[in-house]
Amino acid sequence: MTLGGPRVDRPAEPSSLFTTDEAEAPPLTLRQLTWRRFRRHRVAIAAAITLVLLVVYAFGGGLIVTEKYANYTDTSLRLESPSSAHPFGTDTIGRDILARTVYGGQISLIIGLTAVLIETLAGVLIGAAAGFYGGRIDTLLMRFTEAVFNIPQIFLLIVMAKFFGGMIPNLTVLGRTYSGSVVVIIFIIGLTSWPYLARIVRAEFLSLKENDFVLAARATGTRNSEIILRHILPNSAAPIVVSATLGVANAILTEAYISFLGLGVQPPTATWGNMLEGAYNYVATAPWLWIFPGTLILLTVLSINFLGDGLRDALDPRSRTV
Amino acid sequence: MTRYIAKRVLEAIPLLFIISLVLFVLMSNMGDPLATMGGRTLTRAADRLRLTRQLGLDKPVPVQYLYWLIGNDWTRVDLDGDGIAETPGTRKGLLRGDLGTSLVNRGRPVWEVIWGRLPNTLLLMLTAEIVILLGSLLIGVYSALHQYSFFDNLITAISFVGYSMPIFFIALLSMYFFSVQFKAWGLPSLPTVGMFDPQVGKTPGQVALHMILPVFSLAFISFAAYSRYIRSTMLEVLSQDYIRTARAKGLPRRDVVFVHALKNASLPIVTVVGLDLPLMLAGAVVTERIFAWPGMGRLFLDHVARGDAPVVMGILMLISVAVVFFQILTDLVYAWLDPRIRYDTGRAQGG
Repeated sequence: MTLGGPRVDRPAEPSSLFTTDEAEAPPLTLRQLTWRRFRRHRVAIAAAITLVLLVVYAFGGGLIVTEKYANYTDTSLRLESPSSAHPFGTDTIGRDILARTVYGGQISLIIGLTAVLIETLAGVLIGAAAGFYGGRIDTLLMRFTEAVFNIPQIFLLIVMAKFFGGMIPNLTVLGRTYSGSVVVIIFIIGLTSWPYLARIVRAEFLSLKENDFVLAARATGTRNSEIILRHILPNSAAPIVVSATLGVANAILTEAYISFLGLGVQPPTATWGNMLEGAYNYVATAPWLWIFPGTLILLTVLSINFLGDGLRDALDPRSRTV
Repeated sequence: MTRYIAKRVLEAIPLLFIISLVLFVLMSNMGDPLATMGGRTLTRAADRLRLTRQLGLDKPVPVQYLYWLIGNDWTRVDLDGDGIAETPGTRKGLLRGDLGTSLVNRGRPVWEVIWGRLPNTLLLMLTAEIVILLGSLLIGVYSALHQYSFFDNLITAISFVGYSMPIFFIALLSMYFFSVQFKAWGLPSLPTVGMFDPQVGKTPGQVALHMILPVFSLAFISFAAYSRYIRSTMLEVLSQDYIRTARAKGLPRRDVVFVHALKNASLPIVTVVGLDLPLMLAGAVVTERIFAWPGMGRLFLDHVARGDAPVVMGILMLISVAVVFFQILTDLVYAWLDPRIRYDTGRAQGG
């Protein structure tokens, strides 16, 4: 994001940005300020470290075990409990769960990040257009936003997963084959979660566009697109960054929900979510089937939420929700 | 006030129209409803064609939408495929209260299918909502009164875990502990699936017993947001002047907290509950699947899987209407509880 980039003219008076111990060193950039405040948030730091470890687990683990091994089925080894050969046990068709959590983690994390990319793009575009231009464009866009917002996301996702399911063939990227459903899931999670962000961005734009610096930019004949992208957007970066961070957690959870229902990413491509599909039939007999992927999802989402909370305090001290 | 209500209702109509249009287009590629119809496979192409015509699936999507919305009893449809429309239509359409008939349960009206499941979902969800509200009120008020104490910090930590927990994971964990492990330890264990034990029958006691685990799971993930919210509004109210006045004039602490403070602090909760209630119908999808609860969420999943567009459409429209209705209701209740808010003079606050 453009945090340290162009000059940032926050409407708040500068005194509220500085706490007493920071006031002695005036020439701090926003990035330094943010880092200072973030550093104090110990839980957020711990969460960031956990996240790094999880990324290393998923992507570093991929260097040790091969995907072929993760998808290797051996029906004579069905539902083996954890042992030295299979530390996390094996699943219903004898695949190694440890290896699958590694490759499942990759897909889950990739889905989380890319879905948020789409979500942010859509949310910012729609929110910015509505807030900046106002009038009929605003009414139209906000009606549409409300319409999407009004249908509970999980229902919309299920219907869309059905609609787009099977439309995209399997993809081969860098020598690995991915189920086309991965793309579908990324796409539909992105397309169903933007309304919340669009509302935030719209509200930001509505208040920021009344500022003098926008008037000044207008007076010097700056084009609308430039005012939006270079003058207003950098100023609303804080809430966008926070909501995008929390959005990753949400996207990972959402993927898990719909893969859990069997409508998400299709096997053999593993995700933490689809490893849990049907696991409720083995609550008693094979708890290792669901404990490991479930814990990994919880750990990831929890870390991202703590990180987002810390970021919110650091970037945007004025807005504290909880 | 009447004008405000009328305005909100009028605004809701185009909104619901857009929603229904978007959903209907999405419905058009739900899969082949004929494939699983009544459990038999139609091998003869002629049968398929005839059935497609009978169900009106041969028409283009815009026409299907039109029939779904306003019915087709004003026109004639072509049932025998000779190109001449001769049979008068029978459908009344959504606007006249006809949601159509289910494709997979031939001939059963959609409304009847949904009505068969709706009470089960409402029972589960309302119980969960009450448990969540009472529990989080207790926790929130306690946390606000003992800010930064050990208990407050512990609750904060647990609520973050709950907030980040996928419902299926807490459901599986609770099933594992309270049912599987309790049985292994020789303790009385809780039932995990269904609504009642078929050998005992559907008695209130059985239903209550089967509700414990799903309600616990739903409550665990929702406590977080609610209790944090109550804690912060409570803290805000407790720092206000009128509370100081109440304390200064010597009112007992209990009265100050539970009468003066809680009354104002619980106002914002109305909004949260009002917006959450219709969503609870939705939150049931995964929960009902895991605990095999015969509610609307499972109905939705079953009928999505079999491509039964009328039923799916009916459930979605029901929820959309509920969401819109509760939004308006919430704003009204809020204005009624808080006289500082007037909708007729200024702009609506919460939207």
